[in-house]
Amino acid sequence: MPAVRRSLVSVGLAVGVPILLVLAWALATQGTQNLYFPTPGKVFDAFTSTWLTGATITKHVLPSLGRFAIGVVLSIVIGIVAGTAIGATPWLRSLLEPMLEFFRAIPPVALVPVIMLILGIDDSMKLAVIVSGSVWPVLLNTIEGVRAMDPVLTDTSRSYRIRGALAYRYFVLPAASPQIMAGVRLCLSIGLILMVISEMFAASSGLGYQILFFQRQYMIAEMWSGIVLLGIVGVAVAAIFQLVERRVLHWYHGSREVSRG
Amino acid sequence: MRTIRPVLGVLGVLGFMVTWEVVARTGVVDPKYVPPFTTTAARLVAELGEPKFWSAFGDTLLTWALGLAIATVAAIVLGAVVGLVPFLRRATHTTVEFLRPIPSVAIIPLAILLAGLSREAALVVVVYAPFWQVFIQVLYGIADVDTVAQDTARSFGLKRRQRLRHLVLPTALPYVITGFRLAASIALVLTITAELIIKNPGLGRQIDLYRSAPDVPGLYALVLVTGLLGLVVNLGTRYAERRLLHWHPSVRKEGVQ
Amino acid sequence: MADKAPLLSVKELKKTYASATGPVEAIGSITFDVHAGELVCIVGPSGCGKTTLLKCLSGLLAPTSGSVRLDGAEVTAPPKKMAVVFQEYGRSLYPWLTVADNVALPLRAQGIGKAERTAAVERAVEEVGLGHAMHKYPWQLSGGMQQRVAIARAVAYQPEVLVMDEPFAAVDAQTRADLEDLVRRVWQDLGVTVLFVTHDIDESVYLGERVLMLTNSPTTIQEDLAIDLPAERDQLSTRALPRFTELRTHVYEQIQRAKRGELVR
Repeated sequence: MPAVRRSLVSVGLAVGVPILLVLAWALATQGTQNLYFPTPGKVFDAFTSTWLTGATITKHVLPSLGRFAIGVVLSIVIGIVAGTAIGATPWLRSLLEPMLEFFRAIPPVALVPVIMLILGIDDSMKLAVIVSGSVWPVLLNTIEGVRAMDPVLTDTSRSYRIRGALAYRYFVLPAASPQIMAGVRLCLSIGLILMVISEMFAASSGLGYQILFFQRQYMIAEMWSGIVLLGIVGVAVAAIFQLVERRVLHWYHGSREVSRG
Repeated sequence: MRTIRPVLGVLGVLGFMVTWEVVARTGVVDPKYVPPFTTTAARLVAELGEPKFWSAFGDTLLTWALGLAIATVAAIVLGAVVGLVPFLRRATHTTVEFLRPIPSVAIIPLAILLAGLSREAALVVVVYAPFWQVFIQVLYGIADVDTVAQDTARSFGLKRRQRLRHLVLPTALPYVITGFRLAASIALVLTITAELIIKNPGLGRQIDLYRSAPDVPGLYALVLVTGLLGLVVNLGTRYAERRLLHWHPSVRKEGVQ
Repeated sequence: MADKAPLLSVKELKKTYASATGPVEAIGSITFDVHAGELVCIVGPSGCGKTTLLKCLSGLLAPTSGSVRLDGAEVTAPPKKMAVVFQEYGRSLYPWLTVADNVALPLRAQGIGKAERTAAVERAVEEVGLGHAMHKYPWQLSGGMQQRVAIARAVAYQPEVLVMDEPFAAVDAQTRADLEDLVRRVWQDLGVTVLFVTHDIDESVYLGERVLMLTNSPTTIQEDLAIDLPAERDQLSTRALPRFTELRTHVYEQIQRAKRGELVR
């Protein structure tokens, strides 16, 4: 197949299949008064009237996304800083590894009541919930990435006396970055989930709170629109991560492509 | 160093327990919110004697196992179908990439709507994310089939079914097993999450009950239990993966693809 | 030459490892001197501890007993005036840095200013013939070119001693010939002292002014041979000399004896 025709088909499939699915959804719900599955049209209307108004954006959407952003940034910073320190010190790693494995195994949602007890139900509690679950992938992956640095490269750095901050910036961090980025990807998805969860408990605003509110009030189309919005947020976060990852790890992808022949 | 490592690990655990005890007893944190470790541990032991604990534990395990099984089987079947038909693969790519990142918690209100506050609703939540995890891994596994090996198989005249069995299956198997390991952890977390929010029977619901009572030592004891359960699942699946894949030249590293 | 103090002095170097089956004596006792400006090759049978010796010489590994002295000072950590070129060039270059940045990094670690650094980097990269590849990444280059980058990095560092650990073992034969000549050229142009470890006997005779032959474990020096070939060498004519053949046969025989565990006195 010539190149142009091929890419046209790809684009067609990429856009076409979702459109077909939406059309199928519309056809299936046409005419019926199904309580749980409103027509796409109704969901779209609900979407625009609920989420695209200025009030909702400032009261619910922006604060939620803000907390998510701050939470994951905190998790990433803590994870990388602590992770490199622990990863570079073998005895410290052996000391902490069992406890870290235990903490990572606790379902983050189980910690929510504990955090609520200690911090109440304000913003700091929501942030703590996000960090309490999303820091582990970054922390543990950073430890692993630092631990598994190529010994030849370590010998090279040592013999050229590359130490301290320079070594950290040009050797340790980049060497561990593929593992760290994999951890960040998990951190982002866990952080998003915890952002929603933190708002489903004893909250009065936020995306998660709103979706649950709609469900309880049987405002089905609005609830669906909320889910769609969360999906869009999830996709957007994933897309942004892809862009950043491709840039940060361009050398990694390049070298792997070469070695794959 | 090799003999010291487990000793250090044990020291670390002990250190954590001691720190917890000291912090709670010296009043650095209000003991009303953080009971000392010894109190929590004693409560944990007491819980193990309660039939209602074991019934909740069993409910959690059942929901987890059911959800994981449904997700895995569905993902393998659908993943195989999509993976082996290049057209389907290209066609469904964008849809998959849109549905995949939807946080599982967003599914919760939908699940409640469809099935009320029941185990069925929880199962919807428990199945969603693990399904995608295994599904993606099946796709990766099938895509990883060596083209040289494929050409060799075809030139030897192997039929489609034989190629599937001798070429695709061994290549995809490590991916599927890794996906299953990751899915098992995610499924457990989602089980507890669902129980906490949907309040179907299980450890999560117990935690919520203790939170609202308020029964603080009981709450902490159950959180410890969920952590230990998660640890057992993580270590168990990792061990199983190592045993099953010890023959495979490349040991999959978690997360880095 | 004998009345000047040696630049590098190794005395009764010994290295023992602890292993699962008991202590392993990798290096028995090694004693030799290297004077400034010499090009010394070290050959030995496989597994004879060449790499261990190198790591002790370059301060990456602490000897069990004995000493290594550079400029009179004992080597306990990687010394400032020594640069190492490793065999695994692919893993020794930082894949996230360009060729220029790779060569510049050790200079940055020394605190050398940007202008001086850039000049040194350009000189070194031109010296090894990679001026056109300054802004490429190591993995975009062939194996031979990557090793040239490693050599450029060592050259820019301006060491007193250049230690090379089987640098051309993983490179194809034609490239190896070019790189051998590059080493001799760099050695002559910069007046640096070179310690060249190899398993290739012909290479050791072609390159070296002296060849140190090692025994099996526990490793000692089988023989310290002076290479009396002309100072101007090239791949075609030097290797065709009858003296070359004599020397390489002698080294080969010694290595075979070393493998069999026969010491020569």
